[in-house]
Amino acid sequence: MTLRGKAAIVGIGELPTRRSYPGRSLEGLCAEAARLAIEDAGLRKEDVDGLIVDGTNMTPAAMAEYLGMRPNFATGVSMQGATGATSTAVAASAINARLCHTALIVMGAARDATGGGPPRPGAGRGSINTEFEQPFGPAAGAGTGYALIYRRHMHEYGTTPEQMAKLAVDERFNALANPNAAFQGQPITIDDVLNSRYINEPLHMLECVMPSAGAAACIVTTAERAKSLPNRPVYVLGAGIEQGNAAIWQTPRITVTPARVSAARALAMAGYRPQDMQFAEFYDCYTILVAITLEDAGFVKKGEIGPFYQNTDTTYKGDFPINTDGGQISGGQPGLAGGFRHVIEAARQIMGRAGPRQVRRNDLCMVNG
Amino acid sequence: MVADYRKPLPNPLHREASRPFWEAAKRHELLMPRCRLCDRLFFYPREVCPICLRSEIDWQPVSGRGRLHSYTVIHQPANPAFREDAPYVYALVQLDEGPRMISNLVECPLHAVQIDMPLIAIYDDVTPEVTLVKFRPAG
Repeated sequence: MTLRGKAAIVGIGELPTRRSYPGRSLEGLCAEAARLAIEDAGLRKEDVDGLIVDGTNMTPAAMAEYLGMRPNFATGVSMQGATGATSTAVAASAINARLCHTALIVMGAARDATGGGPPRPGAGRGSINTEFEQPFGPAAGAGTGYALIYRRHMHEYGTTPEQMAKLAVDERFNALANPNAAFQGQPITIDDVLNSRYINEPLHMLECVMPSAGAAACIVTTAERAKSLPNRPVYVLGAGIEQGNAAIWQTPRITVTPARVSAARALAMAGYRPQDMQFAEFYDCYTILVAITLEDAGFVKKGEIGPFYQNTDTTYKGDFPINTDGGQISGGQPGLAGGFRHVIEAARQIMGRAGPRQVRRNDLCMVNG
Repeated sequence: MVADYRKPLPNPLHREASRPFWEAAKRHELLMPRCRLCDRLFFYPREVCPICLRSEIDWQPVSGRGRLHSYTVIHQPANPAFREDAPYVYALVQLDEGPRMISNLVECPLHAVQIDMPLIAIYDDVTPEVTLVKFRPAG
C-alpha cells in the first residue's frame, strides 16, 4: 500500500503572520483559517468529515466543538516543527484507508494572553532539559542545540557564517514578495545578517525565527473528488517519517538529521530522485537546519551546502527556489503553523497562485518538516 | 560556593534514577549508569537501559576526560541569572568512555576554544546540596 496520488490538497487558507493578534484566541484564528481553506476548496463545512490539529496546543475535540463539526476521523499530531508535514501524510493515509473522505488540517498561534493560549506542557515537572541542560545556561529561544550543529558543521566541512547569511538573505528576498510575511519592506544583506547581534554564537539574530501569531489550514481529499474541484489538485506523491531525538546532543551524529531517511522514503514512494524536484519548502527555525536537511535530502552532497548557497540563487526567481514565501526566518513563526506553512506554500505554488513570487517550474516540490 | 545561587538547579526527570549521579558529583566523582546485561554506559540516567529496556543498572566511575564535540558561545541566555556571565561556553562534551553530556567549558578564554580539544571534569559546588560537573581544558 502506498499513498502515491491517492489524495490531494484542494484548498488552502492562511492568515497574515504578525507579532501578535491582540484579543484573539488560538481557536478563533484557526476557525478563520479553516473557513478560508474550505471556501478556497469550493466546499462547504458539511463536506469535511476529517479533522487534524496540532495536538500539542489543543485537542481535536475542542477544535471540532469550536468549529461545530462532528468529524468521523479526528486526531492531534504532536511532531513539533514537523507537525504540519506529518499531518498532511496522516490526512492522506486516513483518506486512503477510507477513515474519512475530506480532511481539514488546521493550526496556529495567537500570542495574546487575554485570548487564552497553549498550556505549558511539563512545566514544573522535571525533564532531561531541566536536569541536564538548564543548569548550564542555554540561550534564549530554541537555538542552543542548532548552534552545536552549526559549529560542528563548520568544523567538519568548512561551512561559513557568510554562506549561512546568504540563506537568510534569499529567504528575506522571498518574504518581500509575500504580503502574509511578518517582515515587510525590509531587504537585508549578508553584512546585515553578520552584523546582527549574536543570540548564541555562531547564530546571529537574523538567522533565527521570530515567534509570531497567525494560523494556516488546508483541505485534503480523494484524488477522485479533487478532479471536480476548482483548484489544480496538489497530489501527495510520497511521504516518509523518521523520528529523531528530542535533544540534539543525544543524536549520534549531530550534523545528520532524520531527513536523510525520511526524504529517501518519500522519494522512493513517489518514484523520483532529488534532482527531479523543482523547488523545496524546508523547515527553517534556524539557517543551519535548512542547510543540513537539504544535504540529507540529497540535493547536495553532505558538507557542500555552504558553497551551494554561495553559488545558487535560491529565491523564487532563481535556479532552485527554496522557501519561496520567506519561510519562518523571514515570514515569522506562528506556532506550529510556521512549519505547516511550508505545506501551504508548496500547494499555493503548485496551484499556480503565488502571484509575484510564482516559480516557473511548479510541478514537483519536496516539503520537509 | 555562592551564597545566593540564583541559577536553575537540576530538576531531575526521575530523582531516584539519577540520584547516584548527583551524589557522586557532590563527592567530586563522575559516575555513569551502565546496563549490566548490555555492558554499555549510557547518559542521561533512566529507570531502564535504552538498549534492552531492562533495569539491571549499576554505576561505573569514569575518568572525567573527554573532548569538546561542539559548543556555542551564549550571548543572550534564556535565564536572566546567567546574564552577568555572558558570553560563556555551553559545551557538548564527548567523554572518553563514550557517553556525551552538556556542560560549561570554564577556565578557557573564548579565543582558545577549539572543537575536539581535550577536556577534564571539574566540580562546581554551586550550593551545599548541589555540585555541577563542568569541564576545563586538559593539561
